[in-house]
Amino acid sequence: MMRKIGLLGAVVVLLAMGGNAVAAEGELPRQEWSFNSIFGTYDEAALQRGFLVYKDVCSACHSMNLLSYRHLSGTGLSEDQIKAVAASVQVPDGPNDEGEMFERAGLQSDRFKAPFPNEQAARAANNGAYPPDLSLMAKARPGGPDYIYAILTGYEEPPAGFQLNEGMSYNEYFAVSANQIAMPPPLSDGAVTYADGTEATVPQMARDVAAFLAWAAEPNLNERHQIGVGVMLFLIVLTACLYAVYRKVWADVH
Amino acid sequence: MSDAPRFKNPVVRWVDHRLPIFSFLHHQQVYPAPRNLNYWWNFGSLAGIMLVVMIVTGIVLAMHYTPHATMAFDSVERIMRDVNYGWLLRYLHMNGASMFFIVVYIHVFRGLYYGSYKAPRELLWIIGIIILLLMMATAFMGYVLPWGQMSYWGAKVITSFFTAIPLVGQSITEWLWGGFNVDNATLNRFFSLHYLLPFVIVAVVFLHLWALHHHKSNNPLGIDIKGPQDTIPFHPYYTVKDNFGIGVFLLVYAAFVFFGPNFFGEPENYIRANPMVTPPHIVPEWYFLPYYAILRAVDDNFIGSWILFGYTLIDAKLAGVIAMFASILILCFLPWLDRSPVRSARFRPAYRWFFWILLLDAFILGWVGANAPDGVWNGIPFLWIGRIATLYYFLHFIIIMPLLSVFERPDPLPHSISQPVLKGGGFAPARVHAKPMEKA
Amino acid sequence: MMAHSAHGEAIASSGHDAGETRRDFLMLGTGAIGAFGVAAVAWPFIDQMNPAADVLALSTTEVDISKIEVGQSITVIWRGSPVFVRRRTTEEIKAAEEVNLNELKDPQPDSERVKPGKAEWLILVGVCTHLGCIPQGQRSGENRGEYGGWLCSCHGSQYDTSGRIRKGPAPLNLAVPPYSFTSDTVVFIGAGQEASKA
Repeated sequence: MMRKIGLLGAVVVLLAMGGNAVAAEGELPRQEWSFNSIFGTYDEAALQRGFLVYKDVCSACHSMNLLSYRHLSGTGLSEDQIKAVAASVQVPDGPNDEGEMFERAGLQSDRFKAPFPNEQAARAANNGAYPPDLSLMAKARPGGPDYIYAILTGYEEPPAGFQLNEGMSYNEYFAVSANQIAMPPPLSDGAVTYADGTEATVPQMARDVAAFLAWAAEPNLNERHQIGVGVMLFLIVLTACLYAVYRKVWADVH
Repeated sequence: MSDAPRFKNPVVRWVDHRLPIFSFLHHQQVYPAPRNLNYWWNFGSLAGIMLVVMIVTGIVLAMHYTPHATMAFDSVERIMRDVNYGWLLRYLHMNGASMFFIVVYIHVFRGLYYGSYKAPRELLWIIGIIILLLMMATAFMGYVLPWGQMSYWGAKVITSFFTAIPLVGQSITEWLWGGFNVDNATLNRFFSLHYLLPFVIVAVVFLHLWALHHHKSNNPLGIDIKGPQDTIPFHPYYTVKDNFGIGVFLLVYAAFVFFGPNFFGEPENYIRANPMVTPPHIVPEWYFLPYYAILRAVDDNFIGSWILFGYTLIDAKLAGVIAMFASILILCFLPWLDRSPVRSARFRPAYRWFFWILLLDAFILGWVGANAPDGVWNGIPFLWIGRIATLYYFLHFIIIMPLLSVFERPDPLPHSISQPVLKGGGFAPARVHAKPMEKA
Repeated sequence: MMAHSAHGEAIASSGHDAGETRRDFLMLGTGAIGAFGVAAVAWPFIDQMNPAADVLALSTTEVDISKIEVGQSITVIWRGSPVFVRRRTTEEIKAAEEVNLNELKDPQPDSERVKPGKAEWLILVGVCTHLGCIPQGQRSGENRGEYGGWLCSCHGSQYDTSGRIRKGPAPLNLAVPPYSFTSDTVVFIGAGQEASKA
């Protein structure tokens, strides 16, 4: 019986290894993230740096409309800092008593301000391409933050003989569209100035914004891991007790 | 009942005299179960637990979910971000579905191995298949509710299959959709039915348990209970064993919920549904992959269209749908396809081989279902792997089972559960382990 | 064999047999651990019905009162209900302060219903304490009733310039929400100073 299970398991493993029909070339390099392991948590400093990159670079084209400013407390920003961030943008509101829409300073409860009012406006401003919303990007692509980091650092000169379409850039890891991506390289060294003095190289900014996007997609990871460890320990103890009770009760049957 | 208990507590007695719920519970406690059940018998109770978990988590999620096409996706994200412990409830429900199917599939394969579908448990088995079908319908509709890309396109692909029905197909499909496409009307009704069906499952599970209690459980030896020496009361023996099994199961469940909550899922479903953009690969959840492979195994080149007098009676799309449903419905006929008087595979050396091959075939079908239909593995197109695996699947039930019934020479059966030495005593072939009191 | 079953059933132990006491301790301990687990699991299911983070985020509001003129009233929304913000005239304040408390159904001095030094500003939850209608008197031209405050047209309750019930079926004065002046021109309405977070 165990022999059969072992055989079956070996077959399944072999299938899994050899069975992937997707090409292995251009394989996604894996990064190390503070939140990857079982006990992992987000690095708040990286999240705040990443938010700055989003705010100063990405938010020009990409919305994050599932986030409200108040959610930023998960990155470790203080309430005053969050209020300041929110107040620094003008958000649409209304209608007022005259029936007109107006703009006002943002509040913590407001959603992140979107760069464009709708998809059509976004496309019109970007040569017909639609910069996707980033709220869930880290969960919406296989590889998550690894993928985001790879894309942001994967811009290269196209290989010889490669047909690059008008307005497109070559990206090593943008396989979904045969390596042609409509977004020009968004990051360049020194594009932002980090408050904590970290040097803003492209890989550093890519790493920070990938971490920020990972948090944005899964803000409860810290709590989930923490509760998870507690639950597993509890269940191990409980299962051990239940096993002991089982053996005790069955002792007279055997 | 002859051994109705005499309760000490007068309140209990008053209630029981009018509504014998305490007698009923007592009966469940002393209910005799074979003494030799192994751990493969834990999975029924695990399935029951998962049904309760799914209903409870589903009800609390429904307090926050909005079943409208423009708000569904956002309402789920609100649950994940803003509702207290919403992320936990969502991940419990999401991973609970996968755990439910894992447990039920193991439960089914246990039945296949030990002949639990044979007389007098044929109806018990068929009711189980009905539960499986209801689960599949519930899971299919549930997956549509978050209204992600895979939700929408999975719904589109599967509901479109009804157009394959001759003459009335298009009308039926538009009736299902509530429109000319999968849209808000579809989502709303799927929510209503997704909420309803689990309670239908509860009712059918009640029938399942009633049928079970009538002839009692099967056991690893596959031989009948001869008397009280073969049984032990369900409580406390199997209650404590089930509790232990639940503990182990919860460890696995919790590991997924807390440390790998998106392991079973598709990243594509974290993208809002867009009717204008088809995802590169449309795949159902893992528990549907084998049926998906069977569905796609049939296309024009394989079966051709059945054309009579210029009318297409069955085109490839319809044949695929028929094959897919047939793969589950054929299980209902198993008690009549497999007529071997020996229940348990433990004493059926030839059948054992085919059981494991069937299991391997199921895994292969699942693997094929996960891959793109035009993909290739080591030079072999997945389409052909899928066809051979599908063919073998039906071969197993339609040809191999009946033949085995006639030609297999089973091992000698033990005398009874409590004394599993061989009938007539004497020489014991190597395969049968005559261990007294079968342990887990 | 039946004896085995009887022995196997969980029965209250006499405590004499060391093995049985140990077994009972094990059962009891396991049961206690299990019960704790059930309670721990139950909590998220109960807590999920409590207001979610986005609801809490809207549970406070800041009102800019710089543009409100003397004698003017505005209505803002707080926790789904209207809140009346009235900048009272000196006559209205005087009338409110001079009322004999014995005349009141729900006696409360005006000073308790405003902030010290800010008697000009009357901030009330605009929901009639009878059956929940919204009293009239906010807009210019609306009937403020006999006492110059508010009149509820549903069943005739009348409130004075301090929002206290003077006539009609309402049992209590209009409620004063928790609020504070964060500056001379901004009023923060809601419990405590902390804004709610995610």
